[in-house]
Amino acid sequence: MSSATQIALVALAAGIACSLAGVFLILRRMAMMADAISHAILPGLVAGYVLSKGPNILVGFIGATAAGLLTVVTVEALTKSRRVKQDAAIGLVFPALFALGVLVISKYLANVHIDTDAVLYGEIAFAPFDTLVINGQDYGPQSLWVLGSLVVINAVFLATFYKELKLSTFDAGLAAALGFMPALLHYLLMTVVAITTVGAFSAVGAILAVALIIVPPVTASLLSTRLPAQIALSLVIGGVSALVGYGAASLWNVSISGMIAVVLGVVFFTALLAAPRNGLVAQALRRRRQRSQFATEVLLVHLATHEATPEQAAESTLLHIERELGWSAEQSARISHNATQQGWVTYADGSLALTGEGRRVATLVAER
Amino acid sequence: MNILHDLLFDYTLRNVALGSAFLGVVSGVLGCFAVLRRQGLMGDALSHAALPGVCLAYMLTGSKMPITLMLGAAIAGWIGMLLILTIIRRTRVDSGSALGIVLTVFFGLGVVLLTVIQKRNDANQAGLDKFLFGQAAALVQEQIVTMGIIGGVALLVVAFLFKEFKLVAFDPEFAGTIGFSPNRIGTALTGLLVVAIVIGLNTVGVILMSAMLIAPAAAARQWTNSLAKMVGIAALVGAGSGVTGAILSVTQDGVPTGPAIVLCLSLCAVVSILFGSAQGVVWDLVRRQRSRAAMEAPR
Amino acid sequence: MTQPEPTPAVFVRDLTVAYEEKPVLWDIDLDIPQATLTAIVGPNGAGKSTLIKTILGLVPAAAGTVRIFGEAYALNRKSVGYVPQRGSVDWDFPTDALDVVMMGLYGKLGWVRRPGKAERQTALNCLDQVGMADFAKRQISQLSGGQQQRVFLARALAQDARLYFMDEPFAGVDATTEVAIVNILKSLRDAGKTVVVVHHDLDSVPTYFERVVLLNVRLITSGPVGEVFTAENLQRAYGGRIAFLDR
Repeated sequence: MSSATQIALVALAAGIACSLAGVFLILRRMAMMADAISHAILPGLVAGYVLSKGPNILVGFIGATAAGLLTVVTVEALTKSRRVKQDAAIGLVFPALFALGVLVISKYLANVHIDTDAVLYGEIAFAPFDTLVINGQDYGPQSLWVLGSLVVINAVFLATFYKELKLSTFDAGLAAALGFMPALLHYLLMTVVAITTVGAFSAVGAILAVALIIVPPVTASLLSTRLPAQIALSLVIGGVSALVGYGAASLWNVSISGMIAVVLGVVFFTALLAAPRNGLVAQALRRRRQRSQFATEVLLVHLATHEATPEQAAESTLLHIERELGWSAEQSARISHNATQQGWVTYADGSLALTGEGRRVATLVAER
Repeated sequence: MNILHDLLFDYTLRNVALGSAFLGVVSGVLGCFAVLRRQGLMGDALSHAALPGVCLAYMLTGSKMPITLMLGAAIAGWIGMLLILTIIRRTRVDSGSALGIVLTVFFGLGVVLLTVIQKRNDANQAGLDKFLFGQAAALVQEQIVTMGIIGGVALLVVAFLFKEFKLVAFDPEFAGTIGFSPNRIGTALTGLLVVAIVIGLNTVGVILMSAMLIAPAAAARQWTNSLAKMVGIAALVGAGSGVTGAILSVTQDGVPTGPAIVLCLSLCAVVSILFGSAQGVVWDLVRRQRSRAAMEAPR
Repeated sequence: MTQPEPTPAVFVRDLTVAYEEKPVLWDIDLDIPQATLTAIVGPNGAGKSTLIKTILGLVPAAAGTVRIFGEAYALNRKSVGYVPQRGSVDWDFPTDALDVVMMGLYGKLGWVRRPGKAERQTALNCLDQVGMADFAKRQISQLSGGQQQRVFLARALAQDARLYFMDEPFAGVDATTEVAIVNILKSLRDAGKTVVVVHHDLDSVPTYFERVVLLNVRLITSGPVGEVFTAENLQRAYGGRIAFLDR
């Protein structure tokens, strides 16, 4: 395998593993918890380093995951104390832990190689050189093994608890009543997010692991309202963006992890503008189309409301409609013309009257 | 006494302390409104969003003048803010996700631009990446003056519009019915937050900025039930932690300023949440214990 | 010569409101005469809160006209007081009861000017009127639901308006507060003010109010309680469906 292929595979695995972990996190509106967890990695690594008195990948991994979970637990405890709201609790906890990590590094571990920048940006380009060696046998890039395992773990987690996660996300009360222990599921999900962030940071960096966790599921939610489709779309978006980002970064010789985040951003903002139903463009077009149809319906309901009442004659003149519905002369002429064309009203002597069909439409509209 | 002497006469310490104190006051004051409007994490997102602005400002002008870089940061932060507000108002995406997306995508763009700048390989670029963690120890007088002016204007705006800001933070709907547009006033408040962030990038950097906004407000809230006092205490906590952090970093070996300030702030927040006179957890426990004892006491 | 009809306090014609193009109010015509006490009732989702929010300009109308004392709302803000639903604000906000009541004076103060001694005194008087003078310096989160509602009412009194809109002021309050609020509403009406209340307890409508608006997306009926608050109209508002084809 060439090193370029290896890097591409690492990027792909990171994209898929992170998207899998992110789907339910986003549905639970906890995106910023991923950000907080990612910042806790640095102090976790430091703690692991201090405890094992030297670099030890397994202890570092455990330390970082534990620090991530500590962040979650502390944020929840602070929020439950009702002294601060949840967003403030997140913003209190992770900078404190991160500052502690930076302080310990620069004060006590200055001569040790824990590169703060690398924790944040990652160095995926080094992935091929950091290989897994067991008994002298070279098994390929270590981060590929880590991220590959995460893809499997996360997929198994989702497949196993899909029903329970879905239920506890949309109705925690019912989930508890049915004995699904939503609190346990919550911490399982948080653990999955934490190990995924920790596993991905060495490849793409802590902050950009967060991009891979958050952006694909949110983009997918703009494109589809069905959960299975959202999961599939997240995987595609995460995987493809990672590959495209890597390609673009190699082409222009810039930061790979940064470029992956930029590609994710391009995909998200394209979806924001152009998503078929929920995109801003589709919204604007629909609003324009509906405004004229809606105005016609307002006219029909207005006429129907006053039909067979003493005020019918007064309420049905074009002049009155213009004044009371707040339309301009040109607008009300266009709207009445539209309604006449459809065969919903008839016009005579400056007054409008509903036809049988118009009355039927008004009823349907008002009951909608 | 030595430290006092140094604070006044040691050029480095005086600058670092002054800059950190300024930042503490401005971010403490504006952080109160952000926290009360549940926009605490907006600061985190916008400070990350400022990074590409700093890089672009440098790439376009080739200048490292603080005012140029600050302007770049402010423009990028402002764009980030508008994007976040658009996403929240126009789609069903929740605010946390909107913050997370702008934060990570803008930051990624900043990292890409940093590598572009590094490739140009001119000696002048050194230190741009210090925006990540701040470079309080390298603050020069020119920067302090710029920070002071910008921050001063922001504080004046808060002083003049205190009543309006309070109203919109507490009851935006009611504010709308009496003619104070909550959208416009809210956007102004968030815009001022960008100002605080731009000042903070020089000192504590992108990552720790959110603590500068949230911790003083969270600490101050525990000591008072009045917004005016809360704002004042937050300014004091911010300034005090700024100066303490500065002194620690200058007098101790290997203590970086930003993390030192943030740890001071975090300590203040923890102590306040435990012992604050208005909401402190400990007094609450004591009160509850006493009332239980009183109830159980034989009459 | 006939005496001209006095301008109604609230004049609504053909008002239609839609969220995302889905109508929540259809073609509402409504007159509320001055110096009356009016309840707006209807089932959940009938658009009661939306109606007053639209009149107050908080929600844009898709079509229709609204006049307050014969003028657009924006020209008449100072004659209108508003009591939002209690749940619409964060009661953990760092402020006390007196300060909240003073917010009612901000509209008259205008931009930048701060409340002073006179405003403080006015606010204290308003708190006294709702029986909350002793709680002026109490942090708002330490007030009971009923007390919080009274503080909101005092804030509206401080607005010294000619027309009041109140969104569910009786929701979740204790019996004492309910009686206190009703008495205040009646004395406001006796002083020539117009009061419009979104209300959900049908039983108390005849005793508390003199006029009623029955609403269920469309206007069912409005008028004096004795004339329009009938079993048949209630059935139309809460039960049966309405069809134009039936006519």
